[in-house]
Amino acid sequence: MKYVLLLMGNLSDDRCGETEDAPGVEEFIAFDAALEEAGVLRGGFALTDPEEGTSVTRASRDAEAVVTAGPYAESREFVGGTIVIEVDTLDAALGWAARCPGAIGGRVEVRPLLDI
Amino acid sequence: MTVPEPPPDPGDVLARVRREELSRLVATLVRRFGDLDLAEDAAQDAMVSALRTWPRDGVPRSPLAWLTSTARNAALDRVRRDDGLARRLAELHLREQDRAPDPADAAALAADDLPDDRLAMLMGCCHPAIAPADRIALMLRFVGGLSSAEVAQALLLPLPTVQARLTRAKKRIAGAGIPLEVPEDPAERERRLPLVLTAISLVFTEGYAASHGDAPIRRELTAEAIRLARITQGLLPGAAEPEGLLALLLLTEARASARVDAEGVPVSLEEQDRGLWDRELLAEGSRRAERAAAMPGAGRFTIQAAIAAVHAEATDLSGTDWAQVVALYDLLLGLGEDPVVRMNRAIALGRRDGPASGLAALDALRGIAELERHVPFHAARGLTLAELGREEEARAVLAAARELAPEGPDRRFLQARLRRLDAD
Repeated sequence: MKYVLLLMGNLSDDRCGETEDAPGVEEFIAFDAALEEAGVLRGGFALTDPEEGTSVTRASRDAEAVVTAGPYAESREFVGGTIVIEVDTLDAALGWAARCPGAIGGRVEVRPLLDI
Repeated sequence: MTVPEPPPDPGDVLARVRREELSRLVATLVRRFGDLDLAEDAAQDAMVSALRTWPRDGVPRSPLAWLTSTARNAALDRVRRDDGLARRLAELHLREQDRAPDPADAAALAADDLPDDRLAMLMGCCHPAIAPADRIALMLRFVGGLSSAEVAQALLLPLPTVQARLTRAKKRIAGAGIPLEVPEDPAERERRLPLVLTAISLVFTEGYAASHGDAPIRRELTAEAIRLARITQGLLPGAAEPEGLLALLLLTEARASARVDAEGVPVSLEEQDRGLWDRELLAEGSRRAERAAAMPGAGRFTIQAAIAAVHAEATDLSGTDWAQVVALYDLLLGLGEDPVVRMNRAIALGRRDGPASGLAALDALRGIAELERHVPFHAARGLTLAELGREEEARAVLAAARELAPEGPDRRFLQARLRRLDAD
């Protein structure tokens, strides 16, 4: 099954690199290499800071698109990056999530990909 | 002249299998096909087929082996008829040559030779990715072998609620790829076992404490929990905690009839008629508690069983080894902070050193939010105040506790104690 690991950050937390415990870029690179070596990596991407984002919303099918700067203001959590893996079971996916540097002080959400 | 034994009645055998072994059959099919719905349907097919052929051909030597191979073939037939199902199972690398041998050959197998896959079901149903309430429903359904209607009845929930829970959980298992198996990683196995044991103890508590409804003890549910605990212990015979849990449940169940009076009002430990305790359950419970304590890996269920065993061995309250009880609560606290355990330790301390010490220990716990909401904490303080002759304070504390208690046994108990104070 294919799963996506959503690397979630929180706006109210310390920024990456500012605390000693926060994972560094090398750790992410090493994790990526481990996934590659295990033959389970199927894709993914890293994202810039949520402030760099621009939101577009339409209240209904007929409504005009409204563009606002930044993420949805009420949401403290943001997606910092994604990794798509293909493994046999949720347990295997959870095992990779537990090894993901993004889980340290953050949250990795594991979601099965919808099979269409 | 010896009279030949009459052949077993097919109906009787099937009824027994349904009650005792259907969950084992389903577990084996789940292990094989990885699909709960398919496993249940195929098991049902096999039962129907048995109902048709056994009266004609006689009951096979090993009914379970016969049912298992018949159900496996029934499952393969279902897969072949259903494209969607086939596609889903293709990922499990199903192959046609996996077709089971003819039931007649398989029947030569003794049931003992069949693998017992219920541990995989237990551990799968208690996967941390499944919501705790759903774990209990799944466990009763797929390990306890109860029908959805029986699960609903046992949990005092409307049938549609239980059906919705089971559907949601099954969808999650299939959709998220939750493996219904014993985790390969020993560390993960270690982490999973407590979830299984906790779910079983919750089934028991649900029956024992009647968190809703008015029946103070729902025997069917406590019996079901004991059955699950027996299954788990039987599957992991060398482990302390499954043995400890079984011991704890047996010892608690043994005292059930003395725990409430004829009006359904709870009776405190000191006033319980110990003659009503079930000697047989107590003996088995104590024996198992002792065995669990001697095994490596003793945890909270083993320690709680040891506490229950101390109570079981005493002929009355004053004969209880309270020093031992306090020491065991200290061990329990060593495993992790728990306000309710602290409260119980304070009560035991009062028994060991006298009510003044007990009150001091209880008072030291005031302000802990979890205990301030906990009716037994206020009841314990009120009763200890009454023991010390501080009746005005006792009355106020017990009255406040009564207001806090929901309608039900606890409230009736407090009401009775308040009346008793007024009568003195």
